Parts: sequence; C-alpha cells; structure tokens
Amino acid sequence: MKFDWFVLPFLSGLSFVTVYTSVKFYRWINKLSRGEKALLKKYIFSRSIWTSIKEIFSESLFHLKIFKTHPLLGYMHASLAFGWFLLIVLGNIEVKFYSEYSINPPYVPIFLNFFEPTTAPNFFGRGFRFIMDFLLLIILSGVALAFFKRFVPSKFGMKQNMRHRWFDRIAIFSLWFIFPARLVAESLSASIYHNGSFLTNTLGKMMSFLPAETLLYPSWWAYSIILGIFFFALPFSRYMHIPTEVLLILMRNAGIRSRYFSHPYQEVETEACSRCGICIDSCQLTSIGYAIQPSYYLRTIRYNELHREITDNCLLCGRCVEACPVGIFSTDIRRHERTLQHEMRTVKFKFNQNKFSNTYTEVLYFAGCMTHLTPGIKKAMTTILEHSGYSWQILDEDENICCGRPLLLAGQISAANQVIIHTRTQIEKTRAKILVTSCPICYKTFKENYRLNMLIMHHSQFIDHLYTHNRIATQYRNVNVKYHDPCELGRGANIYVEPRRVIEQIANLLPSSSEKNKAPCCGGSLGNTMLQAEEKKLIAKRALSEMNLTSADLLVTACPLCLKTFSAVSSVSVKDLSQLVAENICEKIPNNAQKIHKAVETL
Amino acid sequence: MPRIAVIGGGVAGMEVAFRLSQLSFEVDIIEKSFILGGHVHKWQKLFPDFTPAHQIVDQLKNQLRDKVNILFGNEVIKAEQENTKHILYLSDGTTQVYDAIVITTGFKLFNANRKEEYGYSVYPNVITSSELEEYFQNDKPIITKENRIVERIAFIHCVGSRDEKVGNRHCSKVCCITAVKQAIEVAQRNPDAEIYLFYMDLRMFDRKFEDLYLQAQTEYGIKFVRGRLSEVSEKADSRLFLKLEDTLLGKPLRLTVDLVVLMVGMETAENSIQLANALGIPVGQDNFMLPVNCHSQKNITGNRGIFVAGCASGPKSIGETLADARSAALEVYSYLNCN
Repeated sequence: MKFDWFVLPFLSGLSFVTVYTSVKFYRWINKLSRGEKALLKKYIFSRSIWTSIKEIFSESLFHLKIFKTHPLLGYMHASLAFGWFLLIVLGNIEVKFYSEYSINPPYVPIFLNFFEPTTAPNFFGRGFRFIMDFLLLIILSGVALAFFKRFVPSKFGMKQNMRHRWFDRIAIFSLWFIFPARLVAESLSASIYHNGSFLTNTLGKMMSFLPAETLLYPSWWAYSIILGIFFFALPFSRYMHIPTEVLLILMRNAGIRSRYFSHPYQEVETEACSRCGICIDSCQLTSIGYAIQPSYYLRTIRYNELHREITDNCLLCGRCVEACPVGIFSTDIRRHERTLQHEMRTVKFKFNQNKFSNTYTEVLYFAGCMTHLTPGIKKAMTTILEHSGYSWQILDEDENICCGRPLLLAGQISAANQVIIHTRTQIEKTRAKILVTSCPICYKTFKENYRLNMLIMHHSQFIDHLYTHNRIATQYRNVNVKYHDPCELGRGANIYVEPRRVIEQIANLLPSSSEKNKAPCCGGSLGNTMLQAEEKKLIAKRALSEMNLTSADLLVTACPLCLKTFSAVSSVSVKDLSQLVAENICEKIPNNAQKIHKAVETL
Repeated sequence: MPRIAVIGGGVAGMEVAFRLSQLSFEVDIIEKSFILGGHVHKWQKLFPDFTPAHQIVDQLKNQLRDKVNILFGNEVIKAEQENTKHILYLSDGTTQVYDAIVITTGFKLFNANRKEEYGYSVYPNVITSSELEEYFQNDKPIITKENRIVERIAFIHCVGSRDEKVGNRHCSKVCCITAVKQAIEVAQRNPDAEIYLFYMDLRMFDRKFEDLYLQAQTEYGIKFVRGRLSEVSEKADSRLFLKLEDTLLGKPLRLTVDLVVLMVGMETAENSIQLANALGIPVGQDNFMLPVNCHSQKNITGNRGIFVAGCASGPKSIGETLADARSAALEVYSYLNCN
C-alpha cells in the first residue's frame, strides 16, 4: 500500500470530521421523537428519496437557488462546491488506472501526482490529467471570486458581506489556500515529471528556475497540512453546513419540522446555515443598522451566546426565509424561542360575555382590531357587503375580540389559546357560511389555528368572489396602481392572485420589481416589539422607495396595518383594496347577476 | 435705509413689521396667501377672555397701513448670502436684497387624517377644533351634519401632539385652554348638551386659564375625564361610538356621542423646513426652528442677520407670539445699528 508520512495531517483531519459528523448525526436523529424517527425511516426507504437526492445535487452542490439570486454569486458557490466534488469523484476514478488495488486509501486520489508521477501513456491518462487541471482552474476562479467578494460584494448582487468571527476566518482562509497549495504542489511535480496538463505543466515550466526537487516534498506537506487545518476547523465553523445540509434536506422532505425551541430539526437547521449572508440583504433591518438577520441569529444560537434582543428584534416578515438558499425556517425558530422566553402560564382572561350576536347570516364579517383603527376599511367593507346581496353582520362591531395572533407572535401560547377558544365560540354561534376578514393577520390565524367549519376568506378573496359571481360591478378608472403584498397575506397565506384580479377590474395595475414573495414589509409588523416608532417609519419610507412609486397614482394594499404604516409616510396616496372597490362600486348590479344570485348555494 | 424681509403675514409677522417700521426701517412682508392674519384670521373668539379674534387682526392691520410693503401670493424659492446682504428669490420671479430677515412662518395644524382611528374624514361628525370655530360664527345651537341638535359632544385632547406614533413628541401648548374655551362656547349654545373633555394632562399654564377651567366645571357642568381615545366607529343612526380608556381608573370606557371634536395640535409650517434649510437654520427634533438659545437669544438664529419670531420656533399663544415679535424687532434693531 502506498503511504508517506506527509498524508498524516490530511488523514487525521478527514478521520476527525467523519467521526465527529457521524456522532453528531446520530445524536440528532436519536433526539427525534419516535414518530419523527419513523417518518424519516419511512421516507428514506420510499421512492420519493430521489427528489431529495436531486435536491442535494442541485442545492448542496450546484447551488441553483443562489444562481437565481445572482449568477456570479451562484457560480462562485457552485465552482467551489460542485467543482471540488467532481475533483474528488473523478480523482477516485482516475486512481483506478494506476492502482492495482480496487480499494485505495482516501489520500491516494488527493495526492495522486505524488504517488503516481508518470501519466498513464494513453488517452484516458492524459484526458484525466486534463480534466483535473480544468476542474482545479474552475475552483481557483471560484476562490478568486470569493476573495474579490470580500471587497466588492455589490458585483455579486450583495449589498454587504457577513461579518465573520475569527474562527470562521481561519476556516475560510484554510479553504481558500487549499487549492493554490494543490496548484503549487502539482505544478512543481509537473516541472519535474511533466505529469500535468495545460495548467500545471505550463506553470511547472514557468517555475523551472526554482529548485523544484527540493521544494516538491515540502509543498505536498503544505497541501496536506492546509487540508488538515480545514478539516479540523470544519465542525466548529460555518463549514459544518456541508455535511449538515444533506441531513436537513432529508429531514425536511420527510416532513419533520421544528416544534419547539432546541428541537433537533432546529439544531440541524442551525448548523446547516452557511452564513452566506444572502438573508442580510433581504432584511429591512439591515439598512437601519441591526445585525439580527438569520445568519447572525443562528450563529448566536449555535455558539450559545446571549441574543434575547436579536430574537425579539424581527418583523417576522419572512423575506429571509424566501431568500435563504438552504431553506431554513428562521422565523419559526424565533417564534419558538419567544414562546420559551415570554410564556406566561398564569394569565387568565375574563371575557365580556353575551354581547355577541346569535342571529344567522350568510356572511360574517370580522373586522379585526387593526381594521377598527383604520375605519375607512370598515366603512368600505360595509358598502361592499351592502351591495353583495348576501345577508351579513359584523361580529366585532361593539366588542373588540381578538384572533389571538398578536399573543401567538409574542410567544404567549396559553394566553393565545384562551382567546382563540373564546373567539371561535362566538364565530360558531352565528353558523355563518362565509367568514370574511379584512386583516391578513386574522385571516391566517382563522385558517391555521381555528378549525372552523365555514369558508374563511380574506376580503380580497371575497371581493374577487363577488366579481366572479357578478354580485358587484365597478367602474373602470384610468389610474395607475401599484399593489403592495402584505407579508401575512402574501408570504404568510400565499394569496397573490385575487387582489391583483380585483385591482385589474378597476384600475391599471403596474408591475413591480419587488412584489409577491419579494415584497417589502411595511415596518409596522406586530412581530417586532423592539423597534422605536422612528425606526419603523424609516423602514416604511425605505419600503416605499424600494417599490418605486414614481409612475403610480395610487398605492393599494390589503392589510389595515400596512395601510396605516404607509399612509403616515407616503407621498403617493395609499388605499386599501376594499376602499378602491367601494369608491367605484356601481349602484345597480347588472341584470344577468340576478340569475347567478344564488351562487352561495354552490359554495 | 436698511431693508428687512418678514416672511409670513400672520400676527407675528404683522407685529414685527409694524415695530420695525416704527423704528423707521423699510419692511416687506412676504405672504404666500392673499390675506393677512394667518390662523388667527380664521378664529372667532380668543381664550381666556373671549376677545373677538378679528379685533386683534384689525388692529394689527391698521397699524401696518401705508407703512409696510406687503408682497401677497409670494414665497421664497431660493436664498443666497453675500457678506451682510441676504438675497431672496421670490415665486413671482423678482429678486430682493435685504439687510435682515425675520422668519414668522408660524405653524400648520396637524392633519387629523393621520390618526385614522379617530375617524376624521371617514365619519362626517368627527371634526377638528378649527372646524368647530366656524360653528361659532353665530349664536345658533350646534348641530350635526344631519341637522340634529348636538346633545352629547366629546372633545379629544392631544390629537397629533405628545404622540410618538405620529412623530410629534412636543406639546402644542394652546389646545388645552382652547378646548375649555370651545366647550364653554358649545355649552352656551346648547345648554342641555353633555360635554366631555378627554385629556392626557390639563396644562393651564397662564393667567386666568385655571379660572376658566373652574368656570367650565362649576358653571357649565362640563365633564373632564383623564382618558385616551382608542377608536371611533359610527352607529346605524350616524351617532359616534367611542372606545376610550379612563386612565385614572385604568378601565375601558364606551360612550355614544353626536359630535367629536379633535383638538389638533401644531406642527411646523409646510415650507418652514425648506426655508430653514435654504437659510441655514437648524431645526429641532420637532422640526421647529432652533434659536441660538431659548432664554436670552430666542429670536436669534445661528445665521447672522436672520431672526425668528412666533410659532416658527415652537407653539405659542397669541399673547406670547406678539411679545416674541416685539422682542424680535428689537433684536433686529440692535443688530442693524451695531453693524
């Protein structure tokens, strides 16, 4: 068997990583509940495992999502990950041409030019040397880009870099130096044995003035030592994401989710974060100077640092989750941690009873507390409901009842559950067919936390429904409208189409570069309990400039909180979708509407 | 003869201009509208003694007659400085050169639309204190938009003042006593009406204010509640339903009224910030102009030859504004005579 003492740093590093990762993986999987383990097991032996394998290739290696964020950034990540991967795989195949053994120690392909200095004199021998040189060149270009990215992140579509700790820097530098070290060692080898290809041979010739024979052996040592440093640093640095992401993809596709703070899935997510910093750009708190983005947040969790202010200082808008190339549900982690911090198990609410209606109507309208603070929306909805031909009533006319979401976002689960039970009872008493709410926050809560036996609609969906059933008609106005997707309605509840269809009935809807899942948060989010009023205002202003309203006459949104926040700072007038409809509603319903008047039965 | 520009023809500007003309300077008033008197012009009676507002405005106008040049419908577009001279480019295209400038741009009323939860411009019977003044043009009972006699009315203090959420931390100073004055005027017209004032604190800072406050309670039975309004909604009969908190009892409160009056506060005037930037005068966190210091140099700005008077440097009552204007005139006089 081939061996030389210089492989020891590499070999010990590799063994360490393998053992460490295996133990870690075993512990994580062991910590899952029995049901979750069964889920994972069932998944791994099912046919859908192929989707995960595909995802591991496309995301862990090829970084397709990052390519979509920015092609150059994608290339940088892919050249390093996919390039290195191919180097290892092809290296292992190449060895087969030289070795009499069918199984070789892992260091042989890595240091092949040392162990097999003469190129196999055939097409495959030269071909492989060429491919290996080519891959090394690709990786080196990735390293060069990574180096330049430190100085000019803007060329990579990023506003700023992640600020790394010293330990991560060691890992980064060792990674960067691996490939130049390999290049030097192979070039020196080529200058003596001419065993390289276009890259190493050329460089070898250029280095012919050097005493190659004396330098060659130390250069192999250097290459091995740098690899060793990287492998020893890997489990404690950001590069732990390399093995962990594979496990994360498997667990996520198996349907496992984090259910509480420090859940094993969350621990996997934490270590699967590569701190690439893409979330930093997507976050609206970055520009006002807070380093609270998932990259930073997950780092504090991983290294057990104090981070209470980071946990609470988040709009929970979900833009980072959309942007994350690894698919980490960081907003869930925050909510779980808030639950841990703020839960008050002793609170007992007293509710005002008997003030709610028991009468039956087809439609039950729940304005929500934020709508009460923007009475324009409530008034508009009243007009629309009057025209709809449905019998209707407002559930929270006099008494404020709450959907419970503000308490949920603050992590006060048992208090929220009391409110939810109370409100659900009031809603069920009316036996309505459709529950309409103006507030996306309430909508999401009714959908997810209430298990109601009726149709739940946000008013954008309800108005869209009224149009499709010819229950209302509006006049067309020649105004240019931009639509702002509220976080909870868009990213939160996936409602993008209906509000746009409604606007197109009335006005000219302009496209926007930051809309749908990329839409900015207005800044008024109930999810953030740390920001000052002035800071929220700044976020709102910047959100408006991000949406670029220069050609718009009107900004339309579909959330009372967004309306309120934007109205305070916008120079363009801001309206809720319902207001736009109510202002342009026709008094008479077109004749054919009568026929379809019984559309509610079809629901 | 030195030329002086007074920017803004409200009561502060008129008083400064008159005093400076008395000191035999050549004075121009640059006024963006076509009338003099600013906000006071729109007011009926003044606290604390119910002096008719037009008396004050008329008196100031008479003093100015033939002594001061008034450039109506004009605004300052650009300003330049050459040694001690100030060059102003006006919106009518002319360029004027002055030796000193007095800024009396005053204030604007808080736009109540920004507190949408109070229902202004959503519900017709939610009005501002300034709009209520129009009801006082005659002695007829106060009626709602549906011509019902007002039986119950609520005054809401601190709308747009002392409210971090709308970005105004400052106190507008005069709304407390204005509310007491207006409540009494309503009580005189609608003797049977129930009148509620919902205040944060009552700041009766000047002479006779406490007396008026006492009179409002004892003589007119006006009810003062320390409380904050959370939201207004409209009932089917177009009466207004208020949800409030009694902050002394710490309990929620509900009330149905016919009319809601929002005591809108003062904010720095529309173009004051641009003007301050153009003339190089710092503004405070509240956007009002900052004099060199607020005790002994409250009319002097950091920029030589530029002075400030009246509400441009923060909320003031009419008496304070006039005194401030006279003091500014004297500052201008000493500045020009020492040069």
